[in-house]
Amino acid sequence: MSSTTAPLDWTPSDRQLERLAWQRARSRRRTTIALVSTVVVFGIAAIVIVSSPGWDRVQETFFNWGEAKSSLPEILRGFRTTIKMFLIAEVCILVVGLLVAFVRVAPAPGLAPVKLIAIIYTDVARGTPTLLVVYLIGFGLPALELQGIPTSTFVLGVMALTFSYGGYVAEVMRAGIQSVHPSQWASGRSLGLSYGQTLRHVVLPQAIRRVLPPLINDFASLQKDTALVASIGVFEAFRAAQVESAADFNYTPFVVAAIGYILLTVPIARFTDWLALRAVRREQGASA
Amino acid sequence: MTSSTEEVERKPPLLRLESVRKHFGDNQVLRGLDLTVAEHEVVCLIGASGSGKSTLLRCVNLLETVDDGTVWFADRDISDPRVDADEIRREIGMVFQAYNLFPHLSVLDNITLAPRKLRGSGKADSEASAQELLERFGLADKAKAHPDSLSGGQQQRAALVRALAMRPRLLLLDEITSALDPELVGEVLDAIGELKAEGMTIVMATHEMGFARDVGDRVAFIDEGVVLEEGEPSTIFDSPSQPRTAAFLHRVAPH
Repeated sequence: MSSTTAPLDWTPSDRQLERLAWQRARSRRRTTIALVSTVVVFGIAAIVIVSSPGWDRVQETFFNWGEAKSSLPEILRGFRTTIKMFLIAEVCILVVGLLVAFVRVAPAPGLAPVKLIAIIYTDVARGTPTLLVVYLIGFGLPALELQGIPTSTFVLGVMALTFSYGGYVAEVMRAGIQSVHPSQWASGRSLGLSYGQTLRHVVLPQAIRRVLPPLINDFASLQKDTALVASIGVFEAFRAAQVESAADFNYTPFVVAAIGYILLTVPIARFTDWLALRAVRREQGASA
Repeated sequence: MTSSTEEVERKPPLLRLESVRKHFGDNQVLRGLDLTVAEHEVVCLIGASGSGKSTLLRCVNLLETVDDGTVWFADRDISDPRVDADEIRREIGMVFQAYNLFPHLSVLDNITLAPRKLRGSGKADSEASAQELLERFGLADKAKAHPDSLSGGQQQRAALVRALAMRPRLLLLDEITSALDPELVGEVLDAIGELKAEGMTIVMATHEMGFARDVGDRVAFIDEGVVLEEGEPSTIFDSPSQPRTAAFLHRVAPH
């Protein structure tokens, strides 16, 4: 295209300069309004909170600096377990979720009984409260006293979370695979790729890109639900906070733990935003 | 159609582009383009891919903001950032190469969505007039169908009806037959011919040279972001004054 080589060799007309000036003025106006309204709202909120009658007690109970400092090492130790637990669980959940999703979309008639199991599994996993699953697996399995059943509460906790979240992730994956247009299957198969190859190289990459936001949503939820395994005695962040809190009858350790959980999920949220942006840029980057 | 030319010239222009510029990064697509379209006129934009035809139409529909110059629509500067683009777009219909029907709505709902939300038309009213339009364009039995179950030609006629349902004063058509199978092009072009007969003002980017010659009141050859040459179809096609016009015409329709 010859037009790409031309330099920007024109000087804007007076009319255009006037338009640009107006646009700059408008953006200045908007920024000012945003700034002023933010300062006013937050300022009023701060004044109201700090000057309200019970503020001293709130500060003493929830935002006690000394308590925060003394409980931090134990809570951080707890978070090591929390992080280890959800990282392992996420991998297991992805494997379970993908397998179940594959089974559910597969056309092979021989898979009918497996499909039925997969359907029942997703219904049960999604329909049962996670805390209940944690109790059933964490206390129930060891109570059977069968050989080969793990006794580590950590492993049992990961198993419970995998069971529960595998159902959600399987459905997200299935929705993603089915959202890819049938023509993609057709063009993959037309090249001679097998069903599995088409799924692996053509359909799944597109599906995962689409379901990334809900998938990350589930994982953010999982990170918080690791706290549920404290109930079977795993020493993780929430359990650590409980112990620290009980020592002094102060709730600051819970606030510290809450901040820790938030700090863990925020990077993941930004990471997904970035991934989504990159996908859009890659797919639309070529067209001007 | 040449008989209407004199009449056309006496009327004030419905659309006037005045040294319009638009660039994307370093790529200058429109470089001070001028074009005037009178009411009831059908202007065909021809030119190579990338010459700026689509960008021109998108600037008129305010899907792109111009970098300089002015777009006058009915004597109003619509390229001014202060105008309400949505209000202007209600008066200017646009049909795209890829149909762009909403796949989750039936044909009828595609057509009545804008009139109901923007013109405040009642459900019964808007559906009755939509049905009327569908009948005129041979789609009477497709009202309840979803876009994906229609042929390309049917989809494009439905898209045309969707634009017409807002009763626009100006219709912009962006290569609307380019994605169609050859045997389906005719039915869409016939529909445009009928609109012209009713006096609709149309600006269309097209690669259908035969159609531009038959139906266009005027043909504008766009080259490197300007109107290099414009005039009556017979003049442009039979005796172009610019060598680049002649070269382009030879490339698309070697005789």
